Amino acid sequence: MSISILNGPGHLSIGTKLLRLNWVLPVFLAIVSGVGFAMLYSVAGGDFDPWARAQIIRFTVGFLGMFIVAMIDIRIWYKAAWPFYLFAFSLLLAVEFIGISGKGAVRWIDLKFIRLQPSELMKIALVVVLARYYHDIRPDRVKSIFLLIPPLIIIALPAALVLNQPDLGTTVLLVSGGIAIMFMAGVSLWFFFLLGAGTGGLIYAIFGSCGQDWQILKNYQCRRITTFLDPASDPQGAGYHITQSKIAFGSGGYNGMGFTEGPQSRLDFLPEKHTDFIFTTLGEEFGLIGALALLGLYMAILFIGMLTTLRIKHTFGRLIGTGVCFTFFCYFAINMAMVMGLAPVVGVPLPLVSYGGTSMLVILFAFGLLLSAQVHARVLFKKREDA
Amino acid sequence: MIDRRKIQASTNSRFTRRSLVLFGSQLSLAGILGSRMYQLQVVESGHYTERAERSRIRPRLIAPVRGEIYSRDGTALAENRQNYRVVMVREQTDDIRLSLQKLSALIELTSERQEELYETIRKSSPFAHVLVAENLTWDEFADINANAPALHGISPEIGLTRHYPKTDITAHIVGYVGAPDNEDIKRAGTAKGLLKLPGMRIGKNGIERIAEDSLRGTAGLRRVERNVHGRTIRELFRQDGIQGERLDLTIDLDLQKYAIERLGDESGAVIVMDINDGDVLALASTPGYDPNDFVLGLSQQQWNALRGNEKNPLMNKAVAGAYPPGSTFKMMTLLAALENGINPTDSYYCNGALWFGNRHFNCWKRGGHGFVDAITSIKRSCDVYFYEIAQQVGISKIAELSRRFGLGVEPEIELPRVKSGVMPDRGWKEAVLGEPWYSGETLNAGIGQGYTTATPLQLAIMTARLANGGYNVKPRLIRGRNGQAIKPEPLRPLGVDAKNIAIVRKAMSSVTNELGGTAYKSRITATGKEMSGKTGTAQVRRISVAERQTGVIKNEDLPWRLRDHALFVAFAPTDKPRYAIAVVVEHGGGGSTVAAPIARDVLLHAQYKGKPPPDSVPKEADPIFGQDPLGPV
Repeated sequence: MSISILNGPGHLSIGTKLLRLNWVLPVFLAIVSGVGFAMLYSVAGGDFDPWARAQIIRFTVGFLGMFIVAMIDIRIWYKAAWPFYLFAFSLLLAVEFIGISGKGAVRWIDLKFIRLQPSELMKIALVVVLARYYHDIRPDRVKSIFLLIPPLIIIALPAALVLNQPDLGTTVLLVSGGIAIMFMAGVSLWFFFLLGAGTGGLIYAIFGSCGQDWQILKNYQCRRITTFLDPASDPQGAGYHITQSKIAFGSGGYNGMGFTEGPQSRLDFLPEKHTDFIFTTLGEEFGLIGALALLGLYMAILFIGMLTTLRIKHTFGRLIGTGVCFTFFCYFAINMAMVMGLAPVVGVPLPLVSYGGTSMLVILFAFGLLLSAQVHARVLFKKREDA
Repeated sequence: MIDRRKIQASTNSRFTRRSLVLFGSQLSLAGILGSRMYQLQVVESGHYTERAERSRIRPRLIAPVRGEIYSRDGTALAENRQNYRVVMVREQTDDIRLSLQKLSALIELTSERQEELYETIRKSSPFAHVLVAENLTWDEFADINANAPALHGISPEIGLTRHYPKTDITAHIVGYVGAPDNEDIKRAGTAKGLLKLPGMRIGKNGIERIAEDSLRGTAGLRRVERNVHGRTIRELFRQDGIQGERLDLTIDLDLQKYAIERLGDESGAVIVMDINDGDVLALASTPGYDPNDFVLGLSQQQWNALRGNEKNPLMNKAVAGAYPPGSTFKMMTLLAALENGINPTDSYYCNGALWFGNRHFNCWKRGGHGFVDAITSIKRSCDVYFYEIAQQVGISKIAELSRRFGLGVEPEIELPRVKSGVMPDRGWKEAVLGEPWYSGETLNAGIGQGYTTATPLQLAIMTARLANGGYNVKPRLIRGRNGQAIKPEPLRPLGVDAKNIAIVRKAMSSVTNELGGTAYKSRITATGKEMSGKTGTAQVRRISVAERQTGVIKNEDLPWRLRDHALFVAFAPTDKPRYAIAVVVEHGGGGSTVAAPIARDVLLHAQYKGKPPPDSVPKEADPIFGQDPLGPV
């Protein structure tokens, strides 16, 4: 290999790594987070407390953590893949037993200093472990049907636990994230056609089961789907979120009401205004221009992430990059769709903007991994055959 | 190695390819999101903006200040008084019961009332101001203010309540306000929202009721922004209401007070009217009540006491009490006769009764009056004379003339529940009773008995129209709005020959000013202040045949509610009339002994604008001539 000088760990100094680091990406992440602080300041009625200040602290911690993660050799993350997955999986299991309930679902573990949401951690762990799996198998065997089974199990086990919490949104994110990695790893397109058909059938069955004896989803999930399809059916109940969100968002118009001037948010008409529905406030206060600008920022991050990924020379790094980008996309796309009444309310936060510790830290950690892969784009892995 | 490189290369290109596919699809999804934003924020923005406004901005009415009511001399009869009250806001206290308990140390608040309030407050919105107590004294209010920091959730407020400083003296005129009931709200139309405001009061009786529209004023409006819980966040717009009109009444408070005083414990009514402009200077109905009790809310006990009182304090007898006018009606019969060609000098012989049809029509004087002409008939109130002329003129003409003088016609006055009395004739009897008119009934009607009824106000109007020479003067209570004087309606002649009216007036003068007149004892002796009048007594019970044989039982021997009503109508001064008066004393006995002195005293008071000199009335020892102990019937 032409760049064999980089063979083996610890060959780059921290200074070199920092020079290599793609600084554009962190800058964009900081900008988006900055938008988040402003919105949290606004929904608190023009106050740093209770949300903006805490969010800034978390961001600072997470942002520094991201650089530390980026400096760590990608091969160390490669080695940590399976332990990381098992760790996240055991936390998910632990949630089943010692989790904290919130809004009808058990999602958190209280670690005293932080309320950890293991399903968020699992999103990254799943990316890492699948990346390693496909890194390990020989490229010409990727299309083998037999080798499809382990990744499906790797995806299905945590997905089942998360679905059981129940957390439909995260389950969808987990599964689609996993499938995306399989797609990028080069799994035969036939598999995806079949999967597409199968998912379609399954969704049909799930929807059809609502109200039947063999109902698969929880009642509230069924209700969310019904109200998504027809919000007017329950204007004061489950449809309330969607209706109020659309009213506030739509009343923003072109230019919006102005910073901290969004009446619907300020007057508490908007539920979850600081978490899942923060995009509504943004739309109300900054209008179409603001909403499109944020969408543009997200797409820029996605684009930079994808470009960075394409330059990575090893499968593990590439798949991590793809997985991180795809998960990131899923976050904001689903959140925006949900807030604008295009998707059911599934409880997916707006990445880097919504108030929430775990999701902020996990996303920055994920980008740390991507950056680590970028910094160590040309390292050589010991191949199994070589061992 | 080569093979591996090939595979590597194909893997690379496949990765790039699939990256493009993935990014492409993400880009198109982003495009969908972008167009959804455009749809919501541009295409449908108007719809959502409107819905947002509707949910957050609420119009709130501001109750206008009610117009005040003043007497002729500018004394307040209905005013708005500061109402010191305390309200409780649930949101501001952790322990409703504790706060109420603390409050009960400062003002009277029984434990039952506390419990009742606790339930109300618990059920109401957390931001609602719930009234805890009102009409507190200044000391109580100051106490609460001083202790405010310790009284969580309790806030002192100053509002306005209606107050009637003259209480029972003007109760029947001014009336009172009360909380609007469902009927009022249904009737209100566009003002519905205003009537539903907490603490809103509307006129329930008297002028307050009749002039509600001018007194109420125009509601103000404020637009408030409220949050999803209904709490008002800020005021966006405010336009204060316009206070209702100030009303100046024709009532002379001093005279009104005197009339009430003069009626004393009697149940009755006195009305004094200016014969030229119709200004009602006094309109007394006794007993009265304290209208402030109605504003504060009447207890069941108070209500029962008012309702159970046989003297009926809630009824405005001046306009709603319809009594047989008795002999006070005789002016109408005489005038109708004169108008229809009866010669005033023609005399009829009264031997105590007139045989008509197949029965006796008695004169109140069993011995008879001898020869009686027009003047004497009024002076001595001879029934037989009126039987004769009534029979000759006929009921139709009597009724027609009486209506011109306001009898049987609902008087126009700014008061509610005004009765129109009855002036019977053939048509009336046919319509109301479905029976034909009997000629004997004309005789009864001729002396103001039978079906005929009139309210004291109607009798005052009749007297005023006689006194002013036959003009259609109308009574009125409101002489000014917002300080602007209201011109009285110009008078139209009633179409009666002035000569005939002069005869009737001369006859009325003889009643009081000539020896032998039925009210001679109650005359005014002061020169230029003399009064002309007519007595009347209305039977409450029918006199039985047996009684006719043995002699009528004296009024004083009957239970109160069976005694006759005493009536007296008069005007003064005799020469240049100015005031007309009607006095009715329920179950008072004879008009000459009970009603006439009251009329005389009130007219004196009106003419002297206060206490008259002692020589304006005859001395106690003055001999009584021509007086029958029973009084004229």
